[in-house]
Amino acid sequence: MQFMLLFSRQGKLRLQKWYVPLSDKEKKKITRELVQTVLARKPKMCSFLEWRDLKIVYKRYASLYFCCAIEDQDNELITLEIIHRYVELLDKYFGSVCELDIIFNFEKAYFILDEFLLGGEVQETSKKNVLKAIEQADLLQESQNEEWGGLSEDVL
Amino acid sequence: MPAVSKGDGMRGLAVFISDIRNCKSKEAEIKRINKELANIRSKFKGDKALDGYSKKKYVCKLLFIFLLGHDIDFGHMEAVNLLSSNKYTEKQIGYLFISVLVNSNSELIRLINNAIKNDLASRNPTFMCLALHCIANVGSREMGEAFAADIPRILVAGDSMDSVKQSAALCLLRLYKASPDLVPMGEWTARVVHLLNDQHMGVVTAAVSLITCLCKKNPDDFKTCISLAVSRLSRIVSSASTDLQDYTYYFVPAPWLSVKLLRLLQCYPPPEDAAVKGRLVECLETVLNKAQEPPKSKKVQHSNAKNAILFETISLIIHYDSEPNLLVRACNQLGQFLQHRETNLRYLALESMCTLASSEFSHEAVKTHIDTVINALKTERDVSVRQRAADLLYAMCDRSNAKQIVSEMLRYLETADYAIREEIVLKVAILAEKYAVDYSWYVDTILNLIRIAGDYVSEEVWYRVLQIVTNRDDVQGYAAKTVFEALQAPACHENMVKVGGYILGEFGNLIAGDPRSSPPVQFSLLHSKFHLCSVATRALLLSTYIKFINLFPETKATIQGVLRAGSQLRNADVELQQRAVEYLTLSSVASTDVLATVLEEMPPFPERESSILAKLKRKKGPGAASALDDGRRDPSSNDINGGVEPTPSTVSTPSPSADLLGLRAAPPPAAPPASAGAGNLLVDVFDGPAAQPSLGPTPEEAFLSPGPEDIGPPIPEADELLNKFVCKNNGVLFENQLLQIGVKSEFRQNLGRMYLFYGNKTSVQFQNFSPTVVHPGDLQTHILSGLGQPPTKRVAAQVDGGAQVQQVLNIECLRDFLTPPLLSLPVTINKFFQPTEMAAQDFFQRWKQLSLPQQEAQKIFKANHPMDAEVTKAKLLGFGSALLDNVDPNPENFVGAGIIQTKALQVGCLLRLEPNAQAQMYRLTLRTSKEPVSRHLCELLAQQF
Repeated sequence: MQFMLLFSRQGKLRLQKWYVPLSDKEKKKITRELVQTVLARKPKMCSFLEWRDLKIVYKRYASLYFCCAIEDQDNELITLEIIHRYVELLDKYFGSVCELDIIFNFEKAYFILDEFLLGGEVQETSKKNVLKAIEQADLLQESQNEEWGGLSEDVL
Repeated sequence: MPAVSKGDGMRGLAVFISDIRNCKSKEAEIKRINKELANIRSKFKGDKALDGYSKKKYVCKLLFIFLLGHDIDFGHMEAVNLLSSNKYTEKQIGYLFISVLVNSNSELIRLINNAIKNDLASRNPTFMCLALHCIANVGSREMGEAFAADIPRILVAGDSMDSVKQSAALCLLRLYKASPDLVPMGEWTARVVHLLNDQHMGVVTAAVSLITCLCKKNPDDFKTCISLAVSRLSRIVSSASTDLQDYTYYFVPAPWLSVKLLRLLQCYPPPEDAAVKGRLVECLETVLNKAQEPPKSKKVQHSNAKNAILFETISLIIHYDSEPNLLVRACNQLGQFLQHRETNLRYLALESMCTLASSEFSHEAVKTHIDTVINALKTERDVSVRQRAADLLYAMCDRSNAKQIVSEMLRYLETADYAIREEIVLKVAILAEKYAVDYSWYVDTILNLIRIAGDYVSEEVWYRVLQIVTNRDDVQGYAAKTVFEALQAPACHENMVKVGGYILGEFGNLIAGDPRSSPPVQFSLLHSKFHLCSVATRALLLSTYIKFINLFPETKATIQGVLRAGSQLRNADVELQQRAVEYLTLSSVASTDVLATVLEEMPPFPERESSILAKLKRKKGPGAASALDDGRRDPSSNDINGGVEPTPSTVSTPSPSADLLGLRAAPPPAAPPASAGAGNLLVDVFDGPAAQPSLGPTPEEAFLSPGPEDIGPPIPEADELLNKFVCKNNGVLFENQLLQIGVKSEFRQNLGRMYLFYGNKTSVQFQNFSPTVVHPGDLQTHILSGLGQPPTKRVAAQVDGGAQVQQVLNIECLRDFLTPPLLSLPVTINKFFQPTEMAAQDFFQRWKQLSLPQQEAQKIFKANHPMDAEVTKAKLLGFGSALLDNVDPNPENFVGAGIIQTKALQVGCLLRLEPNAQAQMYRLTLRTSKEPVSRHLCELLAQQF
């Protein structure tokens, strides 16, 4: 996989993950172009399209589009299920995930993705194993927060 | 499960994100962001040391701002500080920031690498994974240099945790993709292969990706992975849907791993070991069988996962291309999907069938679905699916169904999406040419293309129809009649005017007998379009008019009147004005004989690859036109329609004007249409139009090069040129009014040196003179010294009027090659010939050793030059081979032998040339140990006699 983008129906980018080195300018250009292309497609259309020399696999979940760019030999259907498994992981972690969870906890969305996909390849497909890794981190975090004793003055 | 709300969030971050979301305008958002940035800056710069938590929070805010699309130019140092925090969450945010905002500051990189090094050495698996994720996410060369050597060790260490192994495998993969040279292969490779046996499915999943990538470069080192992959796959495929617990996905056991294993197997040919192969075939059959079973769940995830494996299985079957039974089963399976209610499956089935169509075993099976595919082209609502259908029709086309497919594609073109029209046009043009049984159908098809989608018919397409009509005298009359009729439409596309103008100018005489298309009628029909056309087309029509004066003397007065009109003679466009002036003068001063010579019918174009095919390949990337490249499916078609091959009957004797296309030292000034080739060749020799302006539109130049619309493809002339140098090493490579390029070359073994002399024939200076040699990969050219002195000035050299500059090219032949350097350097494979003397007995022994059909290439052809034994001998010696006497029992025949020296290998070559003076024919036979070499040498040499 070369990259994964999450964006809203309004075209707002919610998450971007690049597995190939590209300049920021190029990333912005690609994002703009793809968001436009995908949003222009009608609901019943197929989930795959050719774009430049890549294959785009996308799926919409509620207000969010998940969009992956894969290479010529890569498998479209399994990529579709990569998206679904990622959604399941988010869902399980946040408890029926919605777009707002990903906006406010974007860093978590990145951490979960890193446990699932690394370098553009599937690293661990077991839901249990991925979430175990994230839970451990959260446990560490909670104990540490307690050390800091409340967050009342933490507004800025 | 820890809910997110459980107080672990950074409240300041949440507040900031809410603020941004509440901004009513872009301006308000920017204002809020700038306020925040100022705040963070002041915190970072402040005297008070920030605690880890605050640092984390601010770094996270910066990250959020960056992800919104704003530039962030600070905070890196604070993020790096977080890396060395012993609090996991701070470290984690630090790594995230570093991964997203990669920085090239070397001091920072040093600090980052240090932190990573510490975490890798920490033996804390969570920290190690974070560090590995960071390396994988950044994947830069610097990271590779720092860690590529350590990671294999972590990967295969006995005490590494599974999660660490997984991250290490994919981290290594990313580094290898970025800089393969940094990843040292070694004893660890064997142990990596054995990870395929690992108990932990996650480790296997990660390791397969790594192995798939590494084995492409070193297939032999990883060969043992085949049997391991097969047994792993076999265990998964035959397991029950719940056996693999959490690795079962919607009742499908380990779909990701299965797909990856099938991908890995596609890096290799079918397993040699019969037991392994048998087991694999069993797996593939099981997958195909399972596709027929009722689904275990109605969920789309179930069918997607199952079909993902199925499609990957089919890919492997196609890759092996050796099991007819499996190929046909695959094809039937895909056939079912063609009518599936899921659009995704229809799309993938069309795509996958495209590759099946090129296998000889399944081509026929694919063809049975033609009606479904045509229906898809007509009824699919999604343009990307229609595109796949068009691709498949193109791939399944052969002589038996060409007419149907072409007519369906033409019909589709009328309503096709603009985005894919040009591609459809190219495909139709290629199919029509390739499978034309009678060329009148071909001409009709191309004219239909212009009629339906004229705007999308590129130059390549209409140039090609002109080439074919020019080369086939059996279709010329029909073409003239058809274009004449097409031009009668009240509104016809300009491309039609171009084709019509050209064809009538050449072959209008063939229909002049009919009073409905008498010369005056033809002329007034064309001229009625004239004023509506672009300059380029009008220029072409003026050339047609001057040709008419030659073809139909009775139109001379009318046409001279047109040329003489103020609108032509004083046309603001230089090209048009010039043509009018010159053509008018030519028609008045030249005698009928001279006129007939200058304006004679164009000679046939030499055979070459269709430029349309090249264009489609460019458009679609490599492999796109494979259906046509792939000769094995329909070998006969290549010979008949593969290119425009002038059959002996259509080759007219070389006419004086043909010579003008070549390189006569000083072309007579009055040769307008015929000299177009020279003008175009000029551009080609200089590799692209960039060089054109620097030569400047001097009056002579403009005179000699009518617009490119006049006569299409320039390369045939270049090829012809090249042929002159097959048997000699020195001479004039190129010449026109402006420039002469001379060549001197010498070749020894696999090395050659070539001197190129560029002479400026004008009195003005050439500016920005920059010859470029583009060479195929196997022919390495080192340009030793450039043009002029000092050598560094070679790129932007000036060449004074009348002066000559020299360029030296050193050439090394690495392997055998077919395509000479672009463009037109006379370096052909035979230059690396070493003559070999041998006795008759040896010769025959070797001749017999090379008796496989693919080692021999033979050509029977008509003599193009007087058949003189001495000249033939000289040519064969010039070609590079030794001439062997007393070998052939017939003393009239020639027998030769030699070795082609390349860096990689030596190719022994034997040849025999049998002249038949009575029939004015030759038979040439080449035998070498490499098939393409035999064929290529045979082609090269056959053109010499």
